[in-house]
Amino acid sequence: MAETVVGAEAGVARAQTSRWAQIKATVGAWSFMSPAIFLVLVFFFIPAILLFVLSMTDLASSNFSDPWTYIGLENYRRLFSDRFFPKILRNTFKYVFLTLGFFNVGLALVLALLTSHINRRASFLFRLLWLLPRITPSVVYIVMWRRFVQTPPYGIINWFLSMFGVERQPYWLTEMPWLFVVLVNGFVGASFGMIIFTSAIEAIPKDLFTAAKVDGASSWQIIRDITLPLLRWPLLFVTTYQTLSLLVSFEYILLLTQGGPGLYTTEVWALTAYKRALKTYFGSHAWGYGAAWGFILVIIGVVMSVVYLRVFRFDELVQEPKIDVL
Amino acid sequence: MTTPSTEPGRENGTRRSLRRAVPYLLLTLSVLPIVIGYAWVIIATFSYRTKGLLPIDAEGNIGGFTLQNWTFVSDAEIWRVALNTFGIAIGMVIGVGFVSSLAGYALSRMNFAGRKGFLGLTLVLHAFRPEMLLIAIFHVLLFIGGIPLIGKFFGFNTVGGVALVMVSLELPLGVWLMKGFFDNIPWDMERSALIDGASRFRVWWEIILPQIKPGLAALAIFNFITGWNAFLIPFTFTLGSKVSNLPVYLNRFSEDTSMVSWNQVAAVGLFSLLPVMIFFIFTQEMLLEIYSGGAKGGA
Repeated sequence: MAETVVGAEAGVARAQTSRWAQIKATVGAWSFMSPAIFLVLVFFFIPAILLFVLSMTDLASSNFSDPWTYIGLENYRRLFSDRFFPKILRNTFKYVFLTLGFFNVGLALVLALLTSHINRRASFLFRLLWLLPRITPSVVYIVMWRRFVQTPPYGIINWFLSMFGVERQPYWLTEMPWLFVVLVNGFVGASFGMIIFTSAIEAIPKDLFTAAKVDGASSWQIIRDITLPLLRWPLLFVTTYQTLSLLVSFEYILLLTQGGPGLYTTEVWALTAYKRALKTYFGSHAWGYGAAWGFILVIIGVVMSVVYLRVFRFDELVQEPKIDVL
Repeated sequence: MTTPSTEPGRENGTRRSLRRAVPYLLLTLSVLPIVIGYAWVIIATFSYRTKGLLPIDAEGNIGGFTLQNWTFVSDAEIWRVALNTFGIAIGMVIGVGFVSSLAGYALSRMNFAGRKGFLGLTLVLHAFRPEMLLIAIFHVLLFIGGIPLIGKFFGFNTVGGVALVMVSLELPLGVWLMKGFFDNIPWDMERSALIDGASRFRVWWEIILPQIKPGLAALAIFNFITGWNAFLIPFTFTLGSKVSNLPVYLNRFSEDTSMVSWNQVAAVGLFSLLPVMIFFIFTQEMLLEIYSGGAKGGA
């Protein structure tokens, strides 16, 4: 395989590299790539196309029709005229913006600022504790939260309330479902931003802080005038990235409320798609209809990720490899 | 970060130390729910019942230490479920590690037609989360299940199928991390080996891989935890306890259980949490690295 070394002086030789060697190199590279390409094709590409095709059919376990009956855009029409469509749309926005604002960006930033202003070892401990929800199996994590909100004598929140002599001790999950949906997701989501912001803060040259301190700036002034402006890009990154994540994630809501209590109280777009197609109370799977809900999210996801990769100039990462055809 | 300052300020000493305590206080408050949640799991596991955070016995008095919640460990089913869980986790460690270090090497070191296209593509995939494809992947798995022989191991409702889906969905992240690791390795050794006539594959296996062991280890830990905790994909693509993993088993258990056996739920929960915790304690620094290195955003 080794014919030409591509160095600075080998530019002329490169032009003479025989076509055969290049073909051989490409074949070699693709054989390295083949397992990855195979899996990406089977589990990303084909599903994406399949989802689109599915969304144009009435495939469902209830009608026993010949599979893949083409019905055009009927599913999409049905989706937009669904009685609960406005509510689900509202819920989705509520879920994404509340969780993002209060936790995934808001609290994450506060945590990063706080932990970078205290003793190193202590800050490490706090960050580890904050990472715990993320590495806890989601089912176990939800069991904890279910226990928090339980009615007396089991519920932990109510146990604390009775210590303060509060009389009203309801089942908190049906009392304020949204509060807990946001809390449950937020406690998992905050650690991502926290870590990104922390490493960004640590990357700020120390002399900036020292200089400001010498000039008599207070902690708050330092944060406002030095730290925050320098965190502009990480902030934008976490915001866009987490918006996308939240938009399509529904695992915790599925486990906590299943979209309830009542009719569609906490049901978000992604959960609707999933439930319609794969998990229904009556065991009827409307794959086609669910696929229509899902495909819209796929489109949003692809468009958003392309846009934000442009914004963050990720294309710079696609630099030329170090060893060329060799 | 702030070391005890020695400035001879005239500021009131107690007030200053109070101000210094504020961040600690706020942080402690913020982690309280997490700490309480874990405390409950541990307390509940070893008690007959709990009232709030207090363990109580059958008569309702405080106390009542018991091991009865742990009787499930003598059940053969839990071990089969645990084995499935372990299978998925190990499948992810090996699958993602192998496939993405192959692809990462090619992307980092070789120039070939389609390289840029594939890189751009994995970038989009990396940003785009695949939950919504589950509906279609369901049909792909049904199709694979229909293929003779292969279908038995990788089709719908098999541990292999679940592992394969999980490996694939984790690939965009793995490929990118691996490419990053390879990019940081100087290529002198590798080049001289190539000039000496070693094949690309041998170079990859014998020279390059040993150099990125820390990176591989970090990816392996990350994947083990992800695989061990996997819920949504096993939940969607398996039926019945024969092929379910611990989270799915626990979910079923906690759903059709009455109030009384919540303590058993906690015990099974702790059982599935333990390996991850042990892993976490020994490897947190590596994990912090990989999370900041561009992991997925989670919920």
